[in-house]
Amino acid sequence: MALVRSVTFTALVVVALVLQTSVFSHLALAGVVPNLVLLLVVAMAIARGPEAAAVLGLLAGLALDLMPPADHVAGRWALALVVVGYLAGRVRSDAGSSAVAAVVTVAACSFVGTSVFALTGLVLGDGGVTVVAVLKVVPVSVGYDVLVTPVVLPLALAVLRRLEATRVAW
Amino acid sequence: MRRSPRRTPTPAPGSPRPPAPPSRRLLAVLVLACVTVMVLDVSADDSPVDPVRSAAAAVLGPIESGASSVVRPLTDLPATVRSHRALRAEVRDLERTNAELRRELARTALDRNRAAELDGLLAATEQTGYAVVPARVVGMGPAQNFTRTVTIDAGTAAGVRADQTVINAAGLVGRVLRADRHTATVLLVADASSVVGGRLASSMELGFVQGRGDVGGEGLLDLDLADGSVVPARGDVVVTWGSRAGAPYVAGIPIGTVQSVQSNPRDLTRSAIIEPLADFTSLDLVGVVVPADTESDRTVLGAEDKP
Repeated sequence: MALVRSVTFTALVVVALVLQTSVFSHLALAGVVPNLVLLLVVAMAIARGPEAAAVLGLLAGLALDLMPPADHVAGRWALALVVVGYLAGRVRSDAGSSAVAAVVTVAACSFVGTSVFALTGLVLGDGGVTVVAVLKVVPVSVGYDVLVTPVVLPLALAVLRRLEATRVAW
Repeated sequence: MRRSPRRTPTPAPGSPRPPAPPSRRLLAVLVLACVTVMVLDVSADDSPVDPVRSAAAAVLGPIESGASSVVRPLTDLPATVRSHRALRAEVRDLERTNAELRRELARTALDRNRAAELDGLLAATEQTGYAVVPARVVGMGPAQNFTRTVTIDAGTAAGVRADQTVINAAGLVGRVLRADRHTATVLLVADASSVVGGRLASSMELGFVQGRGDVGGEGLLDLDLADGSVVPARGDVVVTWGSRAGAPYVAGIPIGTVQSVQSNPRDLTRSAIIEPLADFTSLDLVGVVVPADTESDRTVLGAEDKP
């Protein structure tokens, strides 16, 4: 059962990563694509709570850091998504209560995640992060994440809840 | 800070629902793990994270290539329809109801577009005299990463190495940052950390072309000229002046054209805004400039006319 779960999580992360780099790159707004991995972490936080989401955030974030063509210091997205998973898990009972609350949570998480990633870049002096670029990119990415939330979040939640149901039954 | 400092880090097993207080200790461990990875990657010159990165590229690169080849017919379709509208109209008149034939036609048109792209690249290799390995862009780094990089579907198996020049039919695209077995990561010249030695083709004056980290919209570049007395003319072409042994940039590849000129009275230099020839938002077929005698698992364009 644990095997099935970890395989499913890995598959979900890989699908999100590949969609993000190879498919949504054709639909980018000003170069920004929806951060599906972040949405997956938020879904995990709503379905399973902060611990599970933070761990998934670490692993998925590392994958995001290492997947080509990423060329920044590894661990930056991991840190951002750990924080996102933890924060979203803290408000899970509110976030899961209504569609509007979920969208607000995604918006907040997208803002926090992209900002943490940008801040680590500023601190480490890594790869072209400038305040101007951050101010341009963050609003677009929050907007795009919110835009895809109605499709992606219910889908991810359904998969995760289904997994959880089988675990309880078992 | 808002919570009382209770320390019950592990929720009881088998009780998934009751809201156990989230574990601060776990959060601390995870954050430390991230920081460790960052420190490892940043501090060492030869990062211990690189092998992991190569492994990730070996697994995820082919998946990217696969996903990209699935999506490509869909993304190419608008251009195909536009360029062959007349042809399609004619076919519609003749075979209005034959859906199968129409689908077939769209496919031929797509192939023709691809052949045209390849012809363009071939022409570029003939003009510049360099041997290039053709490759397709299969993944693009999002703007959220703040580095402008793309994945191409050619790696060391195709003869691609780090620090090789990447061009397309229009002009300079960037350079190879890292090559793995079947994929490679390319830094676009539009990246804010990219600096290319550039030369004004009209006056042979030297300068440096710098990216702005912006590919969307116009994706402009800045040219800082070494000689402050030179006034570049609007429309002047900027080409690479090349590096020793052609790494990372070979000489004579057109980068862009001068759009406007500014003078900086403070340090007596002039800078020009360059409009790149390559369109970074719709990169597809690119070529990696390789030595003419490169062993490759695919055809190296322009290599056969070399001695």
